[in-house]
Amino acid sequence: MSALTAAERVAIARHPQRPNITDYIGTLFTDFFECKGDRLCKEAPAILGGVALYHGRPVTVIGTRKGKTLEENLACNFGMPGPEGYRKALRLMKQAEKFRRPIFTFIDTSGAYPGLEAEERGQGEAIARNLLEMSRLTVPVIAVITGEGNSGGALALAVADRVLMLENAVYAILSPEGFASILWKDAQRSGEAAGLMQLTAPDLMRLGVIDGIIPEPDGGAHTAPQAALREVDRTLRRQLAALSKESGPALAAAQYQKFRKMGA
Amino acid sequence: MNSIFSKRRARLLAMKAMRDNYIPGDQLTVCPKCGQESPRREVAGNLSVCPKCGYHFPIGAYYRLSTILDPGSFRELNGKLPAGDPLAFPGYREKLAAAQRKTGLTEVAVTATGTIGGQKCVVGVLDNRFLMGSMSAAVGEKITLAIEYATKNKLPLILFAASGGARMQEGILSLMQMAKTSAALARFSEKGLLYISVLTDPTTGGVTASFASLGDIILAEPGALIGFAGPRVIRQTIGQELPEGFQTAEFQLEHGFVDAVVPRTQMRDTLERLLRLHGKGGQP
Repeated sequence: MSALTAAERVAIARHPQRPNITDYIGTLFTDFFECKGDRLCKEAPAILGGVALYHGRPVTVIGTRKGKTLEENLACNFGMPGPEGYRKALRLMKQAEKFRRPIFTFIDTSGAYPGLEAEERGQGEAIARNLLEMSRLTVPVIAVITGEGNSGGALALAVADRVLMLENAVYAILSPEGFASILWKDAQRSGEAAGLMQLTAPDLMRLGVIDGIIPEPDGGAHTAPQAALREVDRTLRRQLAALSKESGPALAAAQYQKFRKMGA
Repeated sequence: MNSIFSKRRARLLAMKAMRDNYIPGDQLTVCPKCGQESPRREVAGNLSVCPKCGYHFPIGAYYRLSTILDPGSFRELNGKLPAGDPLAFPGYREKLAAAQRKTGLTEVAVTATGTIGGQKCVVGVLDNRFLMGSMSAAVGEKITLAIEYATKNKLPLILFAASGGARMQEGILSLMQMAKTSAALARFSEKGLLYISVLTDPTTGGVTASFASLGDIILAEPGALIGFAGPRVIRQTIGQELPEGFQTAEFQLEHGFVDAVVPRTQMRDTLERLLRLHGKGGQP
């Protein structure tokens, strides 16, 4: 692995041409049927989800949606979900459990959206509910942090049996800018913050927060998207095969023990 | 024998509680909300609630426990669980030491068993005076241990939340405490046990987005700030001023996220009643 600094990895993780959820679904899955709406009040374009085939097997796919152009990004709120997004995701996960489908989540978000309506509709409750319910799902859940995974907004899709990260993805409590601004009242010191936060894939592997790293082409996934996606596919296939041998209760129990050890 | 220990425990909590019930002022206390003066002793006697306007002064964890538990029933759980520095973050150990000196606590969370009106329960309290009640690995661990203790012993659980959010210096491990505590609550809930979450000023960030929002019953203290994102961040994001009363306990009640707003002076009786209603056949 190359010796990139944490700040350089943050830049790669945010690269506008980095493969996004649409690329993952289009390349890794077939026959995708998008399911919309939280069944409570809204559809949430910041999260894309539905049913698809993965190497011929029905699965549920859910991911945060970022665009590659300003127009696309405006349509999906720059990948920052509100509570309806998390509630839609939970609805699809419970549905997956009903039909015994494995679940894949793809995460690339700067965080849950901090807005008026998001607060009115219970952003905190929606995230909390996902954490609780995901912890007891009895179908295999594999989460992949593909770009930025920030805050509870990322974790709400990442309480999984396997949490994987692309080599240059970052996973943290919040953005380095936010971190620097809270701790030092100076968002300009984000590079320094990135270095201290231990947010790179190797850091998180060492801390026991993630279960595996998916290698990227030199220079990042955007330089050779097809090769990057092939590597993701190889890893997902292997991990799904391993998890599929376990019973539902055994999966939930092993997942509890995994998270139980973090910071104990 | 038992009563000697019980008296000693009562005295111990009373001593710790006294230190925690700090009310500013020498003879007279000025309420930061209504600006009126009240005799300091009168405020203290009213559980640190302004007698004029009902403003709830911040209180410490042990004092909070002394206001709801039956005298002599307090037994601290995992009181020796140390604070940690899992990322070896520069300057963090000094910060922790300073907070410990200031508050006399080892960390944000204090957990205990005790009785309320004779009904045994597990109670946890976050103390906002310690690094703004931020969620560290030690906080998540202590809360999880309390949940697991309640699960194992089939006891009702009451958690008083108060948190400014994540503990920055513990980074991702702070975030993971959200998953850990929520997963522990899932297992607690599957046993058919009662969890009452009480939201106090302020409850925000990762604590709101995990155990604080997962109570079977959710209560809040009047006027408490409750939300996920902080008001400053929201203001910056949307570029406009926030409406009056946004993210208060009363706002959360109106939007369906809280069962009842309960003044501190009625909290003990309310908890006693809720425990009774969830007991066998409603009998104590």
